[in-house]
Amino acid sequence: MATRRVKIFSLFERFWHWSQMLLIVVLLITGFGLHGFHHLVSFKDSVTLHTATALTLLLLWAFGTFWLFTTRSWRHFIPTVEGMWGVFRYYSFGIFKGERHPYRKAYWRKHNPLQALAYTMLKIVLFPAIWITGLIYLFYFAWRDLPHATEMLHGVALVHTAAAFAILTFVFIHVYMLTTGHSFRDHLMPMINGFDEVDLTPEEEAYLIKDEPENIR
Amino acid sequence: MRASIGALACSVILALLSTGAVARDTWPTPPATDASPPQVSGPLQGGTADHTKFDELKGPFSSGPEVTKACLGCHTETGKHFMRNIHWTWSYKNPDTGQQLGKRYLINNFCTNARGNEGMCAQCHAGYGWKDESFDFSDETNIDCLVCHETTGTYYKTPNSSGSPACSVMFEGKPPIDLAAVAASVKLPQRANCGTCHFNGGGGDNVKHGDLSSALKKPPRSLDVHMGADGLNFACTACHITNRHVWAGSRYRVVAKDTEGTGKPGQRTDVATCESCHGLAPHPVDSLAHFKLNDHVKSIACQTCHIPEFARGGVATIVDWDWRTAGKTKDGVGYHEEGYLQGNGEERYTYKSIKGNFTYGENLIPTYAWFNGQMHYTTIDTKFDPNAESIDINGFTGSRQDPRSRIWPFKRMHTWQPYDKGNGTLVYNHLWGEDDAAYWGNYDMGKSIAKGMADFGLKYSGKFGFIQTISWWPITHMVAPKEQALGCGDCHRPRDSRLASVQGVYMPGRDHNRWLDIIGTLLVGGTLAGVIIHGLIRFFSPKTKGQH
Repeated sequence: MATRRVKIFSLFERFWHWSQMLLIVVLLITGFGLHGFHHLVSFKDSVTLHTATALTLLLLWAFGTFWLFTTRSWRHFIPTVEGMWGVFRYYSFGIFKGERHPYRKAYWRKHNPLQALAYTMLKIVLFPAIWITGLIYLFYFAWRDLPHATEMLHGVALVHTAAAFAILTFVFIHVYMLTTGHSFRDHLMPMINGFDEVDLTPEEEAYLIKDEPENIR
Repeated sequence: MRASIGALACSVILALLSTGAVARDTWPTPPATDASPPQVSGPLQGGTADHTKFDELKGPFSSGPEVTKACLGCHTETGKHFMRNIHWTWSYKNPDTGQQLGKRYLINNFCTNARGNEGMCAQCHAGYGWKDESFDFSDETNIDCLVCHETTGTYYKTPNSSGSPACSVMFEGKPPIDLAAVAASVKLPQRANCGTCHFNGGGGDNVKHGDLSSALKKPPRSLDVHMGADGLNFACTACHITNRHVWAGSRYRVVAKDTEGTGKPGQRTDVATCESCHGLAPHPVDSLAHFKLNDHVKSIACQTCHIPEFARGGVATIVDWDWRTAGKTKDGVGYHEEGYLQGNGEERYTYKSIKGNFTYGENLIPTYAWFNGQMHYTTIDTKFDPNAESIDINGFTGSRQDPRSRIWPFKRMHTWQPYDKGNGTLVYNHLWGEDDAAYWGNYDMGKSIAKGMADFGLKYSGKFGFIQTISWWPITHMVAPKEQALGCGDCHRPRDSRLASVQGVYMPGRDHNRWLDIIGTLLVGGTLAGVIIHGLIRFFSPKTKGQH
């Protein structure tokens, strides 16, 4: 078992991550503005920006989902309880004592169990909750004449806003997590240049050196 | 790959962000011009005859009806047509409610009633000589063609009966009218013609409607984008299209939501709605915002956004009238007091012995409400609880669920006015007359109401009081240029929303769930606090060298 610097985030994944980040920040700012929490951008411009950004994000997600399933990368997100307790214990106690993070990245398991669970929940609960309600909201003009449309819109808005609060919470935790471990920079760089330290089996190492030398340093 | 996706994303954003670059090219619309073009009067624009060349109109004429005879000599069918219209009949039976409406019968909360006061009020009847019940509505020569068609500006009308000397003095010393010159000047009605009465409803300039004032005789396009003399210069009849002397655009039967739009070419000669010209998707779909605005058309009357304020242009409207203070005299003589200086520099009366106290307003923000076009009038026949706090003169209905309804702007008129305390009805007040019961001149309201009711065989308990009444005036004129229309944020805002009081809709920006906001804020705030505490504990924890 050797620890090597391996490219674990492909160009597309990095583009996906950063453009998604940008779009979500714009959506959060304009969305909470539309909700009335601030007035940094006019309502008209907020609606335009919010809608345009949301549609762009949906397009990005369509590409992302396609990529996940065609590259088998979706397997990184399969939830597991193996090692979960260790990670949980680390963030609760170990981190304060300067312990080493219990999880080691594997070539086919680049997220720790807590991370994988968090990202999976984000992908299958929060994101669908916000984009499905968002689309229903956006297409209000098409169903506004149904009976009780106003009450239904109220419900849709409620779920949409609740999901937005939850996503904002995720963003804070996600960014904070970058400050743990070695350094902020060490967490950030893999998502910029793609390379991170990964525990490789001898077979994986041999394969990468022979067949994908550009992906291992 | 990154570049191509980035380019795609950018182009999508740019396409959606463009907020009508094409529309701005013709900004401001309509283009302002230096010299006023002739007023645009709708489909009848042009004409085939020059009335100054007609021998029939050379005169001399000794009276209005003589001119009318000359008119009818060529316009053989016009008399019959005209007699069907409300300017002549002052009567309208609402086919939906069965209510008998029309100036001839109704009570308003300004001067209260024309009935019994025709000697004064019927100056605005498009005829000659209506002063009491004996007026002959079947005599074509009683029609007044000139008041609507003359263009010299020298024509005027005086009360049909002399009234009390206290009032008739107002109408003395006017120059004689050169009827032949006036008759030769006839054209399609100009704004000033209609404005003779419609700008002065309620007894003075802009008193009643709030959106119809003398400022519209020659308005800048910033006051009214359609009537603007430096712009489109529409006459009233450009929108209030006319078919055989019957006009579109009724206040007794309002089209609150036009679902037909422009119709086929040459059609739609029956309505004065915005949609009949602008269609059902009036905003050019060149941006997301415009797409959303076109969607709003289903719920929001055009007027709501496009008439941001009424009583603009320097002429004030009366918003509150108090008849309780009427009748004060100085040495037995009525008087009036000025007390409001309006935008155009003119003083307005804030007290008149004959009418009471007035409160004025200018550049007013309308009251907004769902409205389906149906008014329900409190007429002389309507019974109400005499102890009611206030009475709607013309209450209206409408809701989000009602497919005919939209959110409309209104002028709300509040008045304290006399009523029959014993029977719980409004009253006909005998204001104008030469007798000693007429309120104007004698100032005895008990006496004037008793006569006003008795003259029409109406029951009166003998006890009058004052009750608060509200009347509602849909605002539809003084359409501002589009750059002055309301923005999204004027309504979609948590506080001071224009539509703060409108129920039945969920409006993003205005509406929110209080508990969700509290829980959400606690969640986000709690998380922030949590990570800060977590970080601080890490920072102050003893560090083991070589590990992390």
